[in-house]
Amino acid sequence: MSATRAEICVVACAEAWRGDGEILAAAMGTCSILGARLARLTFEPGLLTTDGGALLTAEPVPFGAPAGPVEGWLPFREHLWLVQNGRRHVMMGASQIDRHGNTNISAVGDWARPKSQLLGVRGAPGNTICNPTSYWIPRHSARVFVPKVDMVSGVGTDRAAELGSGAARFHDLRRVVTDLAVFDFGAPDGAMRLLSAHPGVEVEQILAATGFEPVIEGDVPETRQPSAEELRLIREVLDPRSLRDREVRS
Amino acid sequence: MGAVMSVEEIVGSLESGMTIGIGGWGSRRKPMALVRAIHRSSLKDLTLVSYGGPDVGLLCAAGKVRRVVAPFVTLDSVALEPHFRAARQSGAIEFTEYDEGMFMFGLLAGAHRLPFLPTRAGLGSDVVRVNPGLRTVRSPYEDQEELVAVPALTMDAALVHLDLADTRGNGRYLGPDPYLDDLFAKAASRCYLSCERMVPAGELDGPPQTLLVSRMHVTGVVETPDGGHFTDLGSGRDEAFQRHYAASAADPTGWAAFEDRFLSGDEDAYRQAVRQWHEEQEGAGR
Repeated sequence: MSATRAEICVVACAEAWRGDGEILAAAMGTCSILGARLARLTFEPGLLTTDGGALLTAEPVPFGAPAGPVEGWLPFREHLWLVQNGRRHVMMGASQIDRHGNTNISAVGDWARPKSQLLGVRGAPGNTICNPTSYWIPRHSARVFVPKVDMVSGVGTDRAAELGSGAARFHDLRRVVTDLAVFDFGAPDGAMRLLSAHPGVEVEQILAATGFEPVIEGDVPETRQPSAEELRLIREVLDPRSLRDREVRS
Repeated sequence: MGAVMSVEEIVGSLESGMTIGIGGWGSRRKPMALVRAIHRSSLKDLTLVSYGGPDVGLLCAAGKVRRVVAPFVTLDSVALEPHFRAARQSGAIEFTEYDEGMFMFGLLAGAHRLPFLPTRAGLGSDVVRVNPGLRTVRSPYEDQEELVAVPALTMDAALVHLDLADTRGNGRYLGPDPYLDDLFAKAASRCYLSCERMVPAGELDGPPQTLLVSRMHVTGVVETPDGGHFTDLGSGRDEAFQRHYAASAADPTGWAAFEDRFLSGDEDAYRQAVRQWHEEQEGAGR
């Protein structure tokens, strides 16, 4: 059975944590949370994951399931300290993101009197300046991928470079995973670079949904397919109710 | 030591123009009985310091708020707080927007009588742009690192809600997360503690590390059964009612009906109205 787009996305999110070892995989959004737990169940067993709340679970648990046996306690105050401590790679959402990975979850329009008040900056400033950070964007569009964000909540590569090697020494933007593609910031000026297009997605489609020009180096490979075991884990263990399909429709 | 007080006495001791801290986090263990009492009071021009949820929303809706100091305002399962959004978009309130770690450092500074605490959080972000009063501080050691100096968050009064308290004002939490409630209690000039259930002094049985708030920081304590409703007290929130709150907030007629039905009386009337609402929902579902 072939993988759905949502399952491609779960695996692409999981890949963001490859090689991270024994750190907290902090995730926001369904496919991102599933990806963290899938990575832990397969190629990155040292990862720590939560029940979606204050508990570090002894084993990765199905989406929305109770924690079961617990191996650690991470109430918000400890989570905020862990951001400072650094043993954490967070995958956040973004309402706007620009070419250098500056992101906005705070407000759209003029901050003083916004057209649309969103969440507020939450932990985005601290996350990006203290921890490896990736993004999961379930609806890739030119409304999200903009030339300039209205309020910089998460710090991008250009602003980190301006801060200098002292203040920004822990700044480390890793991946942007969307329902269409995967990017990193590997261009020489820290700009967003198209790493792969999901199966069935044309590069033109990605560019049309991106309000700036990402860097493209040669032929764009296809995002990898889930293995049979990964599909089994997603479908039968982590997300038997298919909540992933509510976030990404095939 | 905390005196046993009524909700009305606590709110009666507050004044317009005060800076009020509110414990909990998002739509979790908020002192909603006290918030509802402020909603029906004559207080105004308040500055709210909060990891914001429906506490901030409800008081914005009632026109009680001059400024909000917060890293976010959310209902968690409903991402955006409709009243807070409306207040920001109409320009009705001022906003001091901090990163949530910065906010904790501000509470820590306030709780420990420090003028500020340094952190990297905020550097490079527009938090610095929209808070022009924020200053940085340079490490006096060899690294010479520049850090954000988060000013102490201090408050005239803090309101926190715990599962259990004794008649002296010692408080215990039973859920998985203490949030930052003890820091609010310490950073404020006065702290008022509401609890789901009050017990006599000496009868707060349980693990000592769950004794979060000490009577040395508490001015008044009040028993408010369902006083955290509809926020999450550790065993889940009243999601159906929260959805009703959010949907009602989305239009003026709906909100007027909500206020009339649920917020025009005291806590007993509120609990009765919520019970009736749930019975109607169950009836409609059959």
